[in-house]
Amino acid sequence: MSDSPALELRSIEKAYGAVMANRAVSLKVERQSIHALVGENGAGKSTLMKIAYGHVRADAGEIWIKGEHIARHSVSQAIARGVGMVHQHFMLVGTLTVVENVVLGQEPRRAGLLDLERAASEIRALSQRFGLDVDPGTRVEDLSVGQQQRVEIVKVLWRGCDVVILDEPTAVLTPAEVRDLFVVLRGLVKDGMTVVLITHKLDEVLAIATRVTVMRRGERVAEYEADGLTAEQIVHAMVGRPVQQHIDKQPVRAGAPMLEVRELHVTDARGCPALRGVDLPVRAGEILGIAGVEGNGQTELVEALVGLRAIDRGTVAISGKIVTGAPVAERYGAGLAHVPEDRHDRALVLEYSIQDNLILGQQRDFTGRFDVVDRGRVREHADKLIREFDIRPPDPGHLVRAMSGGNQQKLVVARELSRRAVAVLICAQPTRGVDIGAIEAIHRRMIEARDRGLAVLLLSAELSELRGLSDRLAVLYKGEIVATLEQDQLRADDALDTIGAMMTGAWKRDTASRGEEVRR
Amino acid sequence: MRRELLTIAIAMLLAVLAGSLLIWFVGKSPLEVYGLLLSRTWGTSNGFGEVLFKSTPLILTGLAVAVAFKVGLFNIGAEGQLAAGSFVTGLCGAALPASLPGPVAVVLCVLAGMLAGAAVGGLAGVLKVRYGAHEVINTIMLNFVVSAVTLWAGNAYFFVKYTVHTAAISSNAVLSPLGFTGSKANTSLLLAIALAGAVWYFFNRTRRGFEWRAVGHNPRAAENAGVRLGGVVIGAMAISGALAGAVGTNYVLGYKQYFERGMGTGTGVMGIAVALLGRNHPAGIVAAALLFGTLSHGSLVVAEEVPKETFQILQAVIILAVACGSVYLGRRARARGAHV
Repeated sequence: MSDSPALELRSIEKAYGAVMANRAVSLKVERQSIHALVGENGAGKSTLMKIAYGHVRADAGEIWIKGEHIARHSVSQAIARGVGMVHQHFMLVGTLTVVENVVLGQEPRRAGLLDLERAASEIRALSQRFGLDVDPGTRVEDLSVGQQQRVEIVKVLWRGCDVVILDEPTAVLTPAEVRDLFVVLRGLVKDGMTVVLITHKLDEVLAIATRVTVMRRGERVAEYEADGLTAEQIVHAMVGRPVQQHIDKQPVRAGAPMLEVRELHVTDARGCPALRGVDLPVRAGEILGIAGVEGNGQTELVEALVGLRAIDRGTVAISGKIVTGAPVAERYGAGLAHVPEDRHDRALVLEYSIQDNLILGQQRDFTGRFDVVDRGRVREHADKLIREFDIRPPDPGHLVRAMSGGNQQKLVVARELSRRAVAVLICAQPTRGVDIGAIEAIHRRMIEARDRGLAVLLLSAELSELRGLSDRLAVLYKGEIVATLEQDQLRADDALDTIGAMMTGAWKRDTASRGEEVRR
Repeated sequence: MRRELLTIAIAMLLAVLAGSLLIWFVGKSPLEVYGLLLSRTWGTSNGFGEVLFKSTPLILTGLAVAVAFKVGLFNIGAEGQLAAGSFVTGLCGAALPASLPGPVAVVLCVLAGMLAGAAVGGLAGVLKVRYGAHEVINTIMLNFVVSAVTLWAGNAYFFVKYTVHTAAISSNAVLSPLGFTGSKANTSLLLAIALAGAVWYFFNRTRRGFEWRAVGHNPRAAENAGVRLGGVVIGAMAISGALAGAVGTNYVLGYKQYFERGMGTGTGVMGIAVALLGRNHPAGIVAAALLFGTLSHGSLVVAEEVPKETFQILQAVIILAVACGSVYLGRRARARGAHV
């Protein structure tokens, strides 16, 4: 009994409409292993694990947990048998404390009254045992994203689960937080637990997994022992062809500044200062990267540039034209293009078709007499971009909601680059939650745009992406640009650590190397 | 689309069953009563005409609610907007000189009513955009304001002595009846259907309609696409109000030939049900308005058999069944794993 796998899936089938999300997938997760499930977006990893967790019902196939066949699977069945899941988007109530969040739905009672004290001491014990550093009394909204994730892990452990499924756990973490998480996960396994990790970041897989299963287009295409495995092998299996991981680009030939930001002051939604005197020139033909831990003013910077957020002080100029107080449409007219940080939030209307989303923001350019939309031209435009950017499915009438994340993002990039007379391209998190094939395509497009003479502003949480693409890199910390690194500094071996230190404010200005912006 | 039609079919079936139960409860044969209801409405020329007369304002208020809903707004104030529209239509009709050609007089009266409705609806939009007050509150409160203002202004200046109605409109503004053996159906039905077509064309063919629908689905993406949200909110509420304001055409120009206090009460609220059942689609709204028009007139023609409240209950059951059914089916579809 005890040597049966912690989790076993046999011939799982799942279709979403005409799309097969899982096609006869079988998977064995051995006890006390860290099993990585890798694959591009839309490969079916999340679906498979949601099926294992009882969140989604499979069309066919069997689920076995610790040698027991589960006939009618549900989330409560999974938890009762010790399988827990930490979702990519946390399920926490911000205004409640850690202990309240953990017990929510399974509140311990004593004499009919809520007994939080007992739960709190249990949480403290778990936290200590696994080095989670979680204080039961803190309110969740006061925690960093990394700490919130650990609350989710505590929640799973407190419910007595010993098989923990984590869906893209590192997507929201800084490099240091990722390292901490891995320490925690190794501790769990040492203690007899089993971890399933859904990810598409290969360095992480190689760093922590003991076994690796690769999925592609709903099928299990390969499975490896992690020992001696290389990134190239995994990528090849994921994409089905060899992929160039290195970003190639010509030396920079920067021209006149196309985007000029001077002394920009902006307040955030809560009325606190979000940007405190930001100066940024972005020149034609260069990619200026912005590094920073999320929440240091990146979102507000982009919103202020696009015209979605009021500017308190300072000026913004696009192609030499001052647009500080101008409405959104006028800025696009001045030569702006914008890939928003969250495609579902600001970039797409999910209920619209591919062709309609491809003109969103340019709808005025696609009208004929009496302001009527020229359907023929919309269709032509869509056909052209779908071909040029390899957007799938290649059907202009397809609903965007039913596309994979990578193709949705390709659509947004295609649309923005198809604008008339673009001079400035703002890309915020352009490859977040996007598969490797799409990342490659999007990076290539950005470099092409730069070589065509566009001024590109890139904001990203991926340091390797910033380092690979940027010609210069500015670090944003608490609403200020604390340093700007030039090309040779970016190439230095310890560049990632330097940037990381700057991002967390651990870096002192007076010991800065050259390139720093000295102000005030 | 197929799922929605199925929802509606199931809801209607449930409602008919519930209605049968009620009819049986008062001691009548459901089959017989339903049979009478159909034969006395769609079965006779006059009955059918009355159904059309009752459906006309429902088409307009249904469209009003749907237009607001398409951009993500709830217009609960069709009631007030149609009262303002009817009042102004009546005043305009009474004030016009008899020498004016008929078509000109009619167009002026209709436009005046729609403008009045647009003003009331647009004001609710302005209050939302300028001061952040929720449109549900604004429109409900404006219902009271309009009701009080028309009563006061009517009593003080416009109502014929000892009545609560205005003076008769000039005869050249009267709409011609559609026939149907003396029924009240009149040409305002054609206006309502034309407006339904216009609403469809606007949303599905024009650039502004494209933007408005985007606002309804995802206002933040629309804003990023250069759409000014405030303008859309005010514009949509104004158009919504204008559609409700056109209701006066049916009652004032097509039937009573004057404005009377309380005219059309209830059609504004029924518009919400019509829009819901018609799935905010103009063709669906016309169909739903015909259904509710049938039930409304039907309850009168079988009144000697069963109390007319029976069919009011039936209408309510249909609405509830549709509302619950669509939520339930939507949830089922998600559980089966429609992409999110």
